[in-house]
Amino acid sequence: MSQLVYLVPMFPLIGFLINGLGRNVLPKPLVGIIGSAALLASFVVSLLIFNEVRTPGFSAVTVNLFDFIHVGKLNVPFAFQVDQLSVLFLLIITGVGFLIHVYSTSYMHDESPSSYARYFAYLNLFVFSMLLLVLGSNYVIMFIGWEGVGLCSYLLIGFWFKNADYNYAARKAFVMNRIGDLAFLIGIFWIFAQFGSVNYADVFSQARPGASAHVLTGITLLLFIGATGKSAQIPLYTWLPDAMAGPTPVSALIHAATMVTAGIYMIARSNVLYSLAPATQGVIAVIGLCTAILAASIAIQQNDIKKVLAYSTVSQLGYMFLGLGVGAYTGAVFHVMTHAFFKALLFLGAGSVIHAMGGEQDIRKMGGLRKFMPVTSITFLIGCLAIAGIFPFAGFFSKDEILSRAYAHNPVLYVIGILGALMTAFYMFRLYSLTFAGKFRGTHDQEHHLHESPAAITIPLIVLAVLSVVGGWVGIPEFMAPNAHVLSKFLEPVFANSHVAAPPGEIAASTEWALTIGSLVLIIGFCTWGYMKFKNFTLAEVKESTGLAKILENKWYVDELYDAIIVKPINWIAGFLNNVVEKLGIDGLVNGVGKLVQYGSRQIRLLQSGQVGIYVLLMVIGIVVLFVLQLFFPNLI
Amino acid sequence: MPINYYIFLAVILFCIGVVGVLTRRNAIIIFMCIELMLNAVNLLLVAFSKAHHAVAAINAGPAGTTAGTDGQMFVFFIMVVAAAEVSVGLAIIVMMYRNTHSVDVNFLNRLKH
Repeated sequence: MSQLVYLVPMFPLIGFLINGLGRNVLPKPLVGIIGSAALLASFVVSLLIFNEVRTPGFSAVTVNLFDFIHVGKLNVPFAFQVDQLSVLFLLIITGVGFLIHVYSTSYMHDESPSSYARYFAYLNLFVFSMLLLVLGSNYVIMFIGWEGVGLCSYLLIGFWFKNADYNYAARKAFVMNRIGDLAFLIGIFWIFAQFGSVNYADVFSQARPGASAHVLTGITLLLFIGATGKSAQIPLYTWLPDAMAGPTPVSALIHAATMVTAGIYMIARSNVLYSLAPATQGVIAVIGLCTAILAASIAIQQNDIKKVLAYSTVSQLGYMFLGLGVGAYTGAVFHVMTHAFFKALLFLGAGSVIHAMGGEQDIRKMGGLRKFMPVTSITFLIGCLAIAGIFPFAGFFSKDEILSRAYAHNPVLYVIGILGALMTAFYMFRLYSLTFAGKFRGTHDQEHHLHESPAAITIPLIVLAVLSVVGGWVGIPEFMAPNAHVLSKFLEPVFANSHVAAPPGEIAASTEWALTIGSLVLIIGFCTWGYMKFKNFTLAEVKESTGLAKILENKWYVDELYDAIIVKPINWIAGFLNNVVEKLGIDGLVNGVGKLVQYGSRQIRLLQSGQVGIYVLLMVIGIVVLFVLQLFFPNLI
Repeated sequence: MPINYYIFLAVILFCIGVVGVLTRRNAIIIFMCIELMLNAVNLLLVAFSKAHHAVAAINAGPAGTTAGTDGQMFVFFIMVVAAAEVSVGLAIIVMMYRNTHSVDVNFLNRLKH
């Protein structure tokens, strides 16, 4: 079955081609069916492959499709790698992706048929690129998918391209990604220069302890910079909150199933290299933790429902990087999985709310939606509980695993991590409370239109809610129930080498119990605080915020900072190059040559008098000059 | 006879030709001056060829009856080409006269415009 893995990305590609080429002729229902069916088919194939991979003793299979590049020493086959890690990502991408497609059929219903088809075509292409990224058996194929998701995110963020701001957001996402991509590309070149191959199997088998540590540190740092671009970490995270310009299901797709998990996947895939570069791991852990805290603090003061979720994604991605940094690869991948469930759920729930509110995204103008939209409200609550990390929801297990590994690594990391988790709990319940609890604060017109969303929206919500509850049960930690961490056993072959190179630290079960219960109590406390504080919120309380709140509301002024230290100087240099170098220098040179030739020709033209005698005279003078030259300077000619 | 004499004669003839071309306006006289220059060159070629032959024949022994006479071949070529040129040139002059009733070359400056 694993030989048929090429079917998985092929279905979305076919869906993309059909919807993209037939966007002006296909009727809307058919477009939705094609788009969703492509993903469903991929999901079914992924399940079958998963079934095979699950059997004990399965070893990674490489499926060679064709020679992609074969020049001299460089041999890049177009090959797919089927192993535990890629199969897990396949399931997440196609499964969650399918639900988002189904949801989109209803959410995007107001679009004209051709842009509806365009939307689904992009969506399918997005999934296709992501599948290519996780399936490739070498860094080049991964890079193709890597660029593909970058392109698709640009297309989808700027989907409503008539709005200039949205285009600006799309451009920002693209440019920020490109910065990371460049580092990734250089990393790939370096890998090739160092190991003579870009295939995972060759590279990882050659990377041994004792292999030049500086080189490995350099390579892994470059790859990590690539990951910061795609996975929205400091310093390249600012595109992700702006990416909210796209339709809400696109945000769900970007944040849950595709795109931002690419960086995590890449590092988890290269875990062998990272385990041999402890310096890089330290950097990753610190950057991940800083991002987690920074984004969580910003989320506390945001009033746009999607912005809050966007910053929570950045924050959760920070946790994943923290996990990668402390060597908890399983934990990071586990968190990718649970995060995919509850973040997709939260975004789709937010979409349902926005849909009902007629496009309103400011949570201060919502409130009391619980009684109008019971299904959305309950599923959203489950999502909040899961992301806050409350037992027994999915987020609890994955976050606990990362944090306990961080504790084993360094208790300081753990304390800061818990701080971020408390902020997460607070802002998620602030969001829930402002949106669903209390009294409705919008206009009468909006209140009149409030309704529960149709089945195509609620069913994916329910499915994701169920997954957000049970999704964590595949990774019950060792101290709660021995041998219950199914995921860890499943992924063991992928991370085995790293665990040998850098054995995970052990902490006593009693400490783990204490840490878990302690943090759980704190988190529940913060959830309640966040909920109660904003339960009776009224618009009258809205006033100009001051001090720290104002800084948080303005996102620590990071955008302004980047504007001042990067964008402005570059603009200035560009203006200088344009006005001075280009207009005076280059243009002056080019026009000067033209003018000189024109002037010179105007003068020389006077010689053409039409008098044959003068022509002959000139000829004779020319010959005499040649004679003289020949006579006095015989070496000249 | 030393070859210098031939050279001086040829140079004088050539210069007369050049000056004639430069100073005269009558197309037929210009034409004749061109012929003069051509024949000055012919004279030089023949003279050098003869001088060269004298040396080459001694070096080559009895077999060298035609050694070093290539220059004379060129002279024949030049004469043939000159004859062809004259026929074309005279035809042009005849046409010119028919059109302008003049053989003054300075009169033909319309290409200037």
